[in-house]
Amino acid sequence: MTSLLPIILVILTVIGFWLGRQRSRKVAIVAGGLDRLHSRPVYHGALTALWCSLPVAFIYGIWLIFEGQIVTSLVVAGLPEHLQSLPADQLGLVINDIRNLVVGNIVSQNIDATIIAAADHYSSLISISHALLAVAMLGLVIIGILLVLSRIKASMRARNQVEKIINILFLICSTVAIFTTVGIVLSILFEALRFFQKIPLADFLFGLKWSPQTAIRADQVGSSGAFGAIPVFTGTLMIALIAMLVSVPLGLMSAIYLSEYAHRKARTIIKPLLEILAGIPTVVYGFFAALTVAPRVRDLGALLGLDVSSESALVAGVVMGVMIIPFISSLSDDVINAVPQALRDGSYGLGATQSETICRVVIPAALPGIVGGVLLAVSRAIGETMIVVMAAGLSANLTANPMQAVTTVTVQIVTLLVGDQEFDSAKTLAAFALGLLLFIVTLILNIIALQVVKKYREQYE
Amino acid sequence: MSKRILEDSQTATEIVRAGLKRRYRAEKRFRIFGIAAIVISLLFLVILFADILGKGLPAFRQTHIRLSVFFDPDELSPGTLDSADFHGIVKKSCRTLFPEVAGRRRKKALYKLVSAGAPYEIRKMVVRNPSLIGTVKELWLPADDELDMLMKGAISRDPDGRFNVDQLAWIERLEDEGRLRKQFNFTFFTAGDSRDPELAGILGALSGTILTLLITLLLSFPIGVATAVYLEEFAKENRWSDFLEVNINNLAAVPSIIFGLLGLGVFINLFGLPRSAPLVGGLVLTLMTLPTIIIAGRAALKAVPPSIREAALGIGASPMQTVIHHVLPLAMPGMLTGTIIGMARALGETAPLLMIGMVAFIVDIPRSFSAPSTALPVQIYLWADSPERAFTEKTSAAIIVLLIFLICMNASAVYLRKKFERRW
Repeated sequence: MTSLLPIILVILTVIGFWLGRQRSRKVAIVAGGLDRLHSRPVYHGALTALWCSLPVAFIYGIWLIFEGQIVTSLVVAGLPEHLQSLPADQLGLVINDIRNLVVGNIVSQNIDATIIAAADHYSSLISISHALLAVAMLGLVIIGILLVLSRIKASMRARNQVEKIINILFLICSTVAIFTTVGIVLSILFEALRFFQKIPLADFLFGLKWSPQTAIRADQVGSSGAFGAIPVFTGTLMIALIAMLVSVPLGLMSAIYLSEYAHRKARTIIKPLLEILAGIPTVVYGFFAALTVAPRVRDLGALLGLDVSSESALVAGVVMGVMIIPFISSLSDDVINAVPQALRDGSYGLGATQSETICRVVIPAALPGIVGGVLLAVSRAIGETMIVVMAAGLSANLTANPMQAVTTVTVQIVTLLVGDQEFDSAKTLAAFALGLLLFIVTLILNIIALQVVKKYREQYE
Repeated sequence: MSKRILEDSQTATEIVRAGLKRRYRAEKRFRIFGIAAIVISLLFLVILFADILGKGLPAFRQTHIRLSVFFDPDELSPGTLDSADFHGIVKKSCRTLFPEVAGRRRKKALYKLVSAGAPYEIRKMVVRNPSLIGTVKELWLPADDELDMLMKGAISRDPDGRFNVDQLAWIERLEDEGRLRKQFNFTFFTAGDSRDPELAGILGALSGTILTLLITLLLSFPIGVATAVYLEEFAKENRWSDFLEVNINNLAAVPSIIFGLLGLGVFINLFGLPRSAPLVGGLVLTLMTLPTIIIAGRAALKAVPPSIREAALGIGASPMQTVIHHVLPLAMPGMLTGTIIGMARALGETAPLLMIGMVAFIVDIPRSFSAPSTALPVQIYLWADSPERAFTEKTSAAIIVLLIFLICMNASAVYLRKKFERRW
């Protein structure tokens, strides 16, 4: 029923539009023709539609967000004393039981009368809230329509009002991006701060041992938990470095060849083909790395007498590098094309060959842009998740050997947060601390890179 | 004096001449490096596609085994189908095929050749058509995944391997009698996830993806277009609009997993929306694709020449009318292209969905926006982790389906661009 409401709302809005337009036409006939109206009937219709849909959509959104919390807290308030005084996590279990009972799922514990009563309470609250919502929405729609209809006159400045409302809607939409950033910062920062209350910042940033498995019970063995993030950072950097070693030469050289040497026809074919590499989902690369490349590399290593881990940094890095090739090549292509032809012509005029021109004139001139592109690529490599989750390891080794398994920030975030967890343990919160770090590092890289590229563009424009 | 200049220039020419050969060689080398870089990159692409296709195509055909099934009226009666022993019926059919097999262990080995899903298939048939009870029918039932792998050559016929000597002999006899064949794998497209590779399908993941992307599209397209229009047409150039622009550019480069953390922290923990639901997935992917759509939209609006706006304003249209009636329709193809590309990215995105719990083992096919579900890329991730040999094949097949969707989306974006692109 609640999922039907948006559809009903849309239908009502259309009806509102139609009513408004009809009314306006009638008014026009009385006033002596359409040209007597300040605004065309469409705008009267639109104004009616906006007034009947916007307040309701707003209420509906608020209700969607807060209904669950309000109902749950009401149910909790109705629970007997001994259940209410349970610690938060056990209370959560009880609430889950109640919810499951309402939906009709299998319940974990034995159900007693209080839980059944609570479940009845819960479902009755839900139905009350649904009924309230439906009444409120319908009421608002009718009030909205009547209000606008009663005000439609020939002199009504409906167009200006509609335009104003649309303008405000546009403005609100444009703030979504800001709210996203604020949401990211707050949600991560908040949890990360809770982590740093448990583990000191210095231990996290400079500790050499990472083993986030904390004991669930106090008497468990060998899992005290160590949150030194250095091995995780080095692993991330190593894989990103390998990826750059693969992608920068290949991407840059293909960009140079495509923009300076290749025939136009070849260019129009090869460029989209390269872009396909960027369009392939990273989970596909991860699968390819873990199931095709890694065994081959391990066998090859065995043949050469090297001990290559099946989750080596090498494989994850190389495959990630392949993924980043088109990224580097299209960014460098842009900046190389932005280098003015006059610079090239000057170099040719002095007798330089094409490759000398490229190496000594074009590349130095394009260097800031290329560096910016590479920085963006580094930030991508650091933040890339699926390839490393599938192809790199879980154990945090502090090693410089690319043939060994290392772990990365993103892998740790995924392993710490996927699966069953309690939300207050240092283990789960550690994921948010890593996330905060990842966000900050990529943000800095991005800002620098975007600034560099922007400065560079301005230089030749 | 003039003689010296002549001599000098002669030596200069000689120096240039002497170096010429080396420089031309360097030129050639440089070109070869360029070609090599392109060839290597494209080679990766070819290897990737060949590998996925080679691994995945066999999964579209599945080995079936023909058994003569006796719908035993003693076991089955229309009223008690729920408690009827369909496993027993399959076992009996196996025994009638190989009456000589005796002993618990050998019988068990025999039963293992048929999929655990066969009894359910028989059950479905009986429920649909109760008049079958009492008859004997030759049925093609799904074979076990290991037998399927054997038939496809992925497992060797080594008596010390997955199958013992007995089983290999039975398989050979089945083959000789024409009781084994590969047929199109409908299950793969009509089933949800399963622990048994031969019963696992992508429909559950696919509908999860469709629900998620529907939310993404419904939210990100209007918001993205509105933001682009606002920034490009209405916002005054000031600190605020600069800040918005920097903000959007940065969001475009934020790692996708961070959006997953946002979804977990805000939508699930703060707002209390359900875990694993397409609704939350759609919201997270909306935030992730918005920057792409906004940036593409702004580029499309920028490409509309100012003369259009001036003409509309000149004949008395309001700024809003100018934008909505004239500029927006002209920029729409570009915006749609950007949206499709953003949606294609959202389709392949996995990491944020892992964060919000769309990674559970879910057999049911999700039918609502709040039902627990997975998405196609997440399914790929889950299957890739499964130890069974047959899941490798299924994973590749799911990847093929995913890539087909992606190629279609990107091709339509290219088509749109080609068809409606205007040079002013």
